[in-house]
Amino acid sequence: MPETGRRMFRPPFRNYQFDTAYDEMFEAPGEPRPHYRALFQTLLALPPEELRKSQQAADLSFLHQGITFTVYGKEEGTERVFPNDLLPRIIPNHEWRKIENGLTQRIAALNMFLEDVYHRGRILADGIVPRELVYSCRHFRREMRGLAVPRGIYVSVCGTDLVRLPDGSFAVLEDNLRVPSGVSYMLANRKVLKKVFPTLFRDYGVSPVDHYAQALLATLRALSPSNSTNRHEPTVVLLTPGVFNSAYFEHTFLAQQMGVELVEGRDLLVHDNVVYMRTTAGLRRVDVIYRRVDDDFLDPLCFRRDSRLGVPGLFNAYRAGNVMLANAIGTGIADDKAIYAYVPAIIRYYLGEDPILSNIETYLLTDRSQRDYVLAHLDELVVKAVGESGGYGMLIGPHSTAAEREEFRQRIVAEPRNYIAQPTLSLSRAPCFLEGEAQARHVDLRPYILYGNNVTLVPGGLTRVALRRGSLVVNSSQGGGSKDTWVLRA
Amino acid sequence: MSQFRETTMLSRVADSLYWMSRYLERAVHTARLIDVDLQLRLDQSPEASSGRWLRLLEASQAPIPEDGKIDATALTDILTLDRTNPSSIISCVAAARENLRQVREQCSSEMWEQLNRLYLQVNSTTSGEAWLLHSYVFFRAVQEGAYLFQGVTDSTMSHGEGWQYIQLGRYVERTDALARLIGTHFTRLPHSLDQAVESEEYLEWVGLLKSCAAFEAYCKTYTAELRPLRVAEFLLLNSSFPHSVRFSVDMVHAALTAIGQLTERKAEQPVRLTGRLRATLSFSQIEEIMASGANSYVESVRWQCAQAHSSIHQIYFDYPVESALVS
Repeated sequence: MPETGRRMFRPPFRNYQFDTAYDEMFEAPGEPRPHYRALFQTLLALPPEELRKSQQAADLSFLHQGITFTVYGKEEGTERVFPNDLLPRIIPNHEWRKIENGLTQRIAALNMFLEDVYHRGRILADGIVPRELVYSCRHFRREMRGLAVPRGIYVSVCGTDLVRLPDGSFAVLEDNLRVPSGVSYMLANRKVLKKVFPTLFRDYGVSPVDHYAQALLATLRALSPSNSTNRHEPTVVLLTPGVFNSAYFEHTFLAQQMGVELVEGRDLLVHDNVVYMRTTAGLRRVDVIYRRVDDDFLDPLCFRRDSRLGVPGLFNAYRAGNVMLANAIGTGIADDKAIYAYVPAIIRYYLGEDPILSNIETYLLTDRSQRDYVLAHLDELVVKAVGESGGYGMLIGPHSTAAEREEFRQRIVAEPRNYIAQPTLSLSRAPCFLEGEAQARHVDLRPYILYGNNVTLVPGGLTRVALRRGSLVVNSSQGGGSKDTWVLRA
Repeated sequence: MSQFRETTMLSRVADSLYWMSRYLERAVHTARLIDVDLQLRLDQSPEASSGRWLRLLEASQAPIPEDGKIDATALTDILTLDRTNPSSIISCVAAARENLRQVREQCSSEMWEQLNRLYLQVNSTTSGEAWLLHSYVFFRAVQEGAYLFQGVTDSTMSHGEGWQYIQLGRYVERTDALARLIGTHFTRLPHSLDQAVESEEYLEWVGLLKSCAAFEAYCKTYTAELRPLRVAEFLLLNSSFPHSVRFSVDMVHAALTAIGQLTERKAEQPVRLTGRLRATLSFSQIEEIMASGANSYVESVRWQCAQAHSSIHQIYFDYPVESALVS
């Protein structure tokens, strides 16, 4: 047996298992990919006890810092630590460059799509995207018709979920164009890993991610309205739904890192179509709002009347051009899971280029023949609600019970526009340090894209991990965790 | 851009910092009272101990059992770990933390971590025999945790507007708690003003001083001979001891003045109110105060403090929009 083969079975890899999924670390059992070799050697040399101690220290530091998220549907305000895994996920530079180009292309095309749909609607007139699909989308905002947004940038902050297919290529699983979260965990994970593997980290030549907050601030400032009195020093605020929101930690973290005020709806008011915040020194004008509140809750006068999270009159101030929102209102049509199926066509239509990153094959259930196929194969497919995120409203066929399938069958028949189906993907797997050893778990990757003066990707992202053995769901609300992502400089 | 760019402070944030600080001060105060009681109980008859409990409950504005029977264990539980009692230690620490959590981007991460750690520690405590046996450890931990928090705050946070609200909350709460404690003690415990107290009585006066963390400081000033008049003078009028009423009012006044300057808002009313209070405290003679009764004096202090609190609220936290349109 070759030496590497024997090494494979040494701790902490004694029980490491393989299947048909792409393995991030190993080319073959016992044969680490070149960019994983140094980590592999380090892990073999390190007593598992050391790693376990580091893990405990990391968990405790997360708990003490209060890096937690709130779980919905349980008792109000249940805080949980977001599980962090110690073993970094490593992405070689050439793979990252492709991701970067692909996502830059994608955000450009999606912004053009939004601009078009809310103005002339050429793409609809040309029959590339069905009109009824756009107008029936729950996130389509009539109010945005004909409203010019600065530079035509609708989506300035985007988090796109990528998965790696068994052939090793990355594909886009979904775009998050409304209020994507998770970037604070990317930064927190990095901070922990630098402590755990300082030497390894340095020797690897990992691209830094710490400048994210600064890049975000620059992006937001680039949106400042031209008629503001403080044009050169625009006042940016971060609007949070409040302390019970699941991503509250992230809101406080980003506000602090950017040095901007974290505001709730009740801190803001609109007077003569200008937005002010209530400070101890009186009212102060606000120019740009990085809002982490959904469209529905932004302005009770315009959207949901029962919402107390938003600011009455905000939409009129926005319409008057006195305040900018990031992201713009109504971006949810472009990350609707049914529109998703048309993104490759959207890219070709506006940019005349082939998509750099591929899409996952998607069945549209409004189409009779596709629907019949899906209903006959529910036990093989994944069904998703088009407007949901966070892993809610999802059926994973191979892991489902007959009762669940029946429930989804009825829902699909009742509201076909509300669902799409995709083949059950075999997400790539990466080693995670669990129960004192390295175990393989499915992962995805969410890089964050900023679009202000230009498109910026901080080299890295959130690698989310399905911590339950065999599970394919990586969402934090569904028992997922995360790990640091190392993009190599060369 | 000016080098001394003004920082902005949201009204809600100021309000949260203020209340965070008040709640934490309240938790420490209760912890100190019970800690002192635990020590004194060892040396005392059960009757003397229940007399002190009655005063303690009155001073904490907690309901007094109808039959007058005092079950120290049950009461300790109610004041310490009972989440349904909003002024129990656990509720106060949780409220302080919740307030800070809502503004955590405003404080230093060290502050948040310290308060969060204190909360996690208090929160993981469960009542029961074993806990009671070593409960002094708990009360010490709460006090030390809060002292540590204050130290961390003073050395890691800018002493700007936010810090001033923390000061304000701490000393408004302290003034009120001290005034209540002193008032009840002098009203309920028979004493003659200018004679040294002895034996059983002695312990009660030591208890009062220790409840204000003042025993050692008192001894340094007046020796260990305890005369009620001197105790009153020390706790009410001493200008340099941090747990005296006068010191606390001075700090409230200083914080208000600083906030007024930082925000350039007209804060005449609260500054005037506390300024007047401060003047009375610095020019009063203890004999005069005691002649008209300690209780009526501290009640007037409390009333003026409450006035200052409401006018702070109206000027900084909850003002009408029309009066406040600035650039």
